[in-house]
Amino acid sequence: MSDTAAVVHEEHSHEHHDSSLQHHFATYEQQMDAGKIGMWLFLATEILLFGGLFVGFALMQSKYPEAFVQAHHHLDKNLGFLNTVVLLVSSFTMVMAVHCAKTEQRKKVLVYLLITLACAAIFLCVKYFEYEHKIHEGLLPGKFYTHVGDTVPHQFVFFSFYFMMTGLHGLHIVGGMAAITWIFFRAKKGDFNHQYYTPIDLVGLYWHLVDLIWIYLFPLLYLIS
Amino acid sequence: MSETTHTTTHDNHDANQPKIYAAVLGALLILTFITVGASKIQFGSGMINVVIALTIATIKASLVALFFMHLIHDKAMNSIILVSSFTFLAVFIGFCYTDASTRDDLKPLGLKVKAPAVAGAPGATPAAPPAPAEGHHN
Amino acid sequence: MANHPTTQAIHSPVKEDVSVNYITSPKGLMSWLTTIDHKRIGIMYLWAVLGAFLLGGIFALLLRIELLTPKETIMTAETYNKVFTLHGVIMVFLFIIPSIPAALGNFVLPLMLGAKDVAFPRLNLFSYYIYVVGALFGITAMVTGGVDTGWTFYTPYSTTTNGQVSMMVMAAFILGFSSIFTGINFIATVHKLRAPGMGWFQMPLFVWGMYSTAVIQVLATPVLGITLVLLMLERSFGIGIFDPAIGGDPVLFQHFFWFYSHPAVYIMIVPGMAIISEIIPTFSKKTIFGYKAIAFSSVSIALVGFLVWGHHMFVSGQSNLASVIFSFLTFLVAIPSGVKVFNWLATMYRGSITLEAPMLYAISFLLLFGIGGLTGIFLGALSVDIHLTDTYFVVAHFHYVMMGGTVIAFLGGLHYWWPKMFGRMYNERLAQIGCGLVFVGFNMTFFTQFVLGSRGMPRRYYNYLDQFQALHAFSTVGSWVLGAGLFLTAGYLLASLRKPYDAPRNPWGSRTFEWETQSPPITHNFDFDPVLIHGPYDYRPEKKG
Repeated sequence: MSDTAAVVHEEHSHEHHDSSLQHHFATYEQQMDAGKIGMWLFLATEILLFGGLFVGFALMQSKYPEAFVQAHHHLDKNLGFLNTVVLLVSSFTMVMAVHCAKTEQRKKVLVYLLITLACAAIFLCVKYFEYEHKIHEGLLPGKFYTHVGDTVPHQFVFFSFYFMMTGLHGLHIVGGMAAITWIFFRAKKGDFNHQYYTPIDLVGLYWHLVDLIWIYLFPLLYLIS
Repeated sequence: MSETTHTTTHDNHDANQPKIYAAVLGALLILTFITVGASKIQFGSGMINVVIALTIATIKASLVALFFMHLIHDKAMNSIILVSSFTFLAVFIGFCYTDASTRDDLKPLGLKVKAPAVAGAPGATPAAPPAPAEGHHN
Repeated sequence: MANHPTTQAIHSPVKEDVSVNYITSPKGLMSWLTTIDHKRIGIMYLWAVLGAFLLGGIFALLLRIELLTPKETIMTAETYNKVFTLHGVIMVFLFIIPSIPAALGNFVLPLMLGAKDVAFPRLNLFSYYIYVVGALFGITAMVTGGVDTGWTFYTPYSTTTNGQVSMMVMAAFILGFSSIFTGINFIATVHKLRAPGMGWFQMPLFVWGMYSTAVIQVLATPVLGITLVLLMLERSFGIGIFDPAIGGDPVLFQHFFWFYSHPAVYIMIVPGMAIISEIIPTFSKKTIFGYKAIAFSSVSIALVGFLVWGHHMFVSGQSNLASVIFSFLTFLVAIPSGVKVFNWLATMYRGSITLEAPMLYAISFLLLFGIGGLTGIFLGALSVDIHLTDTYFVVAHFHYVMMGGTVIAFLGGLHYWWPKMFGRMYNERLAQIGCGLVFVGFNMTFFTQFVLGSRGMPRRYYNYLDQFQALHAFSTVGSWVLGAGLFLTAGYLLASLRKPYDAPRNPWGSRTFEWETQSPPITHNFDFDPVLIHGPYDYRPEKKG
């Protein structure tokens, strides 16, 4: 299918300057489709990046099953559950923000984005308390592991992975919050309309991926026995 | 080449979306409860628990991908990209696991190993094997 | 809007004024540093990778001089270990992986599609700067002590040794993102920016090759990223995954490393094959034989290439079952490559062949890649590999495919597109001599190494048994012939840049889009709207009148 007309024709547009349509694209639709493919490809790289950690976790768990079972009891399932709920809600508010941008309900966009940011902040707070508890108990990665009283050795490996995986995930949350903040200010300026809402759509996709990763992290780290 | 115009079907589609999103959120929360509940029950071997947990996680992930990430309405290529990444991840773990689980035990005959230190910290290494028994090539 | 230039206009002897082109306008250093023009970005990458090739090549020449005698010749053993490591790291990460995609691909791909630019021009510039930052990390690691682990960074040596392992690994990590973003850009470009009338099966095969390569870049490189992060963390914090002293699994590191690094070799060769698919029809004046077969073979190599990484690990302690599976799959992945070689030969059969430099390089590719690929099959056989692994046989194999394959193809592509990129023709006679020197020197250097390896000479060894000296010396002399050929090539290519513009739009009479615009192109590529009128390999005589 070739929908790529090289000739630019006048788009039925509202009052905003044409810099939102980049020079090498012929139509907004083409630009949006390209942006989506690009973002999905980036998400694929994130899946493989985190996937490597999942593979390492799985193989070390099969090497030291007892240690991993013992170690995971130190995690607070309730906090993990709370964080899961918080992220799922944030995914909902994020997709609502995108929807409102597309249907040009500007105030609602801002509200939903703020709620998304709030959920992300709650997630990080909960994680902070969890980390604080681990540090207090000496349940730290690698050579920093100082917990005493273990009946099964090699539990430090579990915590190496716990901190690597939730840490990398947390970094992505922070990055996501920065992106959402940027989108918030663009939405406030009135940048988005029914034919140009690509940036908020793409940031939304990224945010859902962050949620997706946690959907797998939660059971594997907190629940499996 | 069609421009993005508002048609009646387009409007209805857009208007229905919030309801769909809310329903998906509801399903996701219910599935989360189920996951936690299922983890408290011992289904025989640990492997079955893992499979159940991962299955539920995959259902949740699919709901997020199909509805929140709009794959259900989107061009096929984007779905192909997502599925490919999981497929190759499965290849990675599949082959690694096949190797790890079918390795021969390569310890030489007559090896004496001290019991590992209880602390479990990385400093406590297992005792080095004693002088090689006869016929041991290493 | 203007229409397509007529065939007359393309080959017209009347010189057109090309003084306004992407090089000359806009002017100034800042306009280059902040450019989003894919052509300028491609040129900046070109100089960067050629610089890396020079540096890696100098290390190679030093290695070969050291190997002239069985004992110390010009460096200590510790230095030798660092030099072969740096040769590998520079050549793999700084030169060969970005070479064809980022330098030639960036320039040519949008032109071939009839597009104004890649899908994400700013991401393109960003990926270039990421490359520069990664290169700086790498150079810093080199000059502050270097690394002696081999480019493969096997644990536990890499996790426990001194040296700048973490910084070098960080360099590779950063460079990986440059590769990923290039891949993302190309896939989106091919999907969304083709000219009207150009469906998937009217694209040039170079595009199919770049697309397949981009798929590998996107799917494989992130795993390298996480592997390197895990390596750095194991080194710094002892996380317990790879180091056996703390309960880790060193073979797991190899799985992680080769899951990327095997597909990486297809990132290296598939673009090379893509160039050959352009050169051979052009210089045979004949349509490509088996277009769809070649297109699908590129995709097959990309996909099946993900399933064979364990063939680097046959003697690592990997299970026998895994080794058998990997060996079988390795034999499968050779098939699409064979398909390509036969299709290229069939294209040449009964063609109107001319032997300008690009074609000489393409024919060299067929011979050298043929040997390289075949010896890969030898190594894929488990029983044979037990004897040949970690010998010079492996070294010879991968140099035949990487250098005899990719670098030869890169040189061929460089000569092919040189007139388009710079608007000047190089000296054809010198080019043919250069190709001859490279071909002869290459075989002298590396065929000898097949013999060395099969007779038991181990790789990465500083000292060796006296009986190998004659062959080593011959290989070293070969490296001088090879080096002379490459320096000659650099010389006449650079000299051509001092001439006035003298290249026509289409010096080779090719049928792909990039030849329909001026040489060098204007910033926006085309002064007309490209629409597909004929296929990319349509060499039937045009109707006159």
